[in-house]
Amino acid sequence: MGILRIIEEKGTERLKRGFAKMVKGGVIMDVTSVEQAIIAEEAGAVAVMALEKVPADIRQAGGVARMADPKKIQEIMDAVTIPVMAKVRIGHYAEALALEALGVDMIDESEVLTPADIYFHIDKRKFNVPFVCGARDLGEAVRRIWEGAAMIRTKGEAGTGNIVEAVKHVRLVNHGIRLLKHLTDDEVYRVAEEFSKPYLRLSMEVKEKCSLPREILKNEPVYEEYTFDEIVEGIYKILLEVKSLQRLPVVNFAAGGIATPADAALMMRMGMDGVFVGSGIFKSSNPERMARAIVEAVNHYDEPDVIVEVSRDLGEPMKGLEIDKLLVRMEERGL
Amino acid sequence: MKIGVIGVQGAVTEHIEALHITLAKIGVHGDVMWVRRLDQLREVSALVIPGGESTTISKLMCWNGLFDEVKRLGEEGLPIMGTCAGLIILAKKVLGAAIGQRFLELLDVEVQRNAYGRQVNSFEAPITLSFSPDPFPGIFIRAPRILKVHGRARPIAFYKEEVVGVEQDNLLGLTFHPELSNDTRIHEYFIEKVR
Repeated sequence: MGILRIIEEKGTERLKRGFAKMVKGGVIMDVTSVEQAIIAEEAGAVAVMALEKVPADIRQAGGVARMADPKKIQEIMDAVTIPVMAKVRIGHYAEALALEALGVDMIDESEVLTPADIYFHIDKRKFNVPFVCGARDLGEAVRRIWEGAAMIRTKGEAGTGNIVEAVKHVRLVNHGIRLLKHLTDDEVYRVAEEFSKPYLRLSMEVKEKCSLPREILKNEPVYEEYTFDEIVEGIYKILLEVKSLQRLPVVNFAAGGIATPADAALMMRMGMDGVFVGSGIFKSSNPERMARAIVEAVNHYDEPDVIVEVSRDLGEPMKGLEIDKLLVRMEERGL
Repeated sequence: MKIGVIGVQGAVTEHIEALHITLAKIGVHGDVMWVRRLDQLREVSALVIPGGESTTISKLMCWNGLFDEVKRLGEEGLPIMGTCAGLIILAKKVLGAAIGQRFLELLDVEVQRNAYGRQVNSFEAPITLSFSPDPFPGIFIRAPRILKVHGRARPIAFYKEEVVGVEQDNLLGLTFHPELSNDTRIHEYFIEKVR
């Protein structure tokens, strides 16, 4: 229209991180059917995660857990007006491209599914759709942010209804952030080098098999097109930002074991921006009430009288599992 | 002056930050507060309803008792700015609403939720403002579209030929997110309404 040339940009970092900002203070619920998605929306969920099985059932079923059937995801997308997210296996570019083509609003590159790549996660900057990724500590969080994740969540231990691992991961991330405050820039740079080492795993393994010295070559791309120096530089910049903001530069949710309104409130008290609830809702005896109670608990996390009110007579929460007795520790998947 | 931001869900801190920066920039002495309860609402001389999930925000406002009080205050002339989900909540008519979703029905516009498609169709583009000569960075995230402007509402922001922002006496409604840009002109314009 005349002199003003309109340039429309899509898939920018600002749009991807901005999308995540719009779900802050909310509850994202795992759903496996249209009926469950509608229950979640009516209970006030900010988004749903469309799945074949909730993590507790994935755990029970065993075998390889993969991206959900696009037909099921599409049905859920058609049934609700809130954003729909879906999971892909760690490192599985083809599943991610498929979900992007399908039009899901956010992709969870998730340890709940069986990893596809033992060396690397997806280079998420190459996508227009935003990604959320799990993290157990500050190192994992900044690696995922460097790869382009627009949102971080704790891994916790999915499908257990046991909050202990999520609390541990929040503490590890938060303490790491506070620690940065006391470090000089040179020390932060050394932390960045340490945090970048997992990207060398493939290169080191190959060199070892060739009996070559385990040193990093100057122009050797170690992950996608990036050299080790470029990765360290990128991670260093993110760490400096974390140091000055005293929080992650992207939205940070809790996930993996939240089963009650009080669990959700605990995560919010610890500074999380919102919560994912997986098995905790539809494995409880009264999903409608549990869903709304958790939404209200997140909203009123600092008002104990409201937590009392919404927790009253809720029925049975999901049974839950002890971490020591697990055969599979999903949180250990990924680098 | 105390400006409140409805803080039940969504991009609340981004608005609070943008309002702080704007107040400092224009040299107005004021405070910005998070509003989640009725007693907090009664303290404010202007209100922002932020972006987020409009279904969630409107439900939580109903459960909190904020909904009816915001409607009453809006009718009485309290300056209210709604961005994205906030615009949807202010609107008289909404297409593509969730079942049972309630709206304040204050602003004389008809809007359609998620009108540009899903998140992959979210976009950034320069837009024009009626009150400022330079283009403004428009950030549209699963944005609604203003289909009709009627009654006392008048357009103040445009993307191509489309209306993306309206003003109606004490009310401002925008389909985009000024709080995610580093440009404070819209927040300045809103604060001028309070002065």
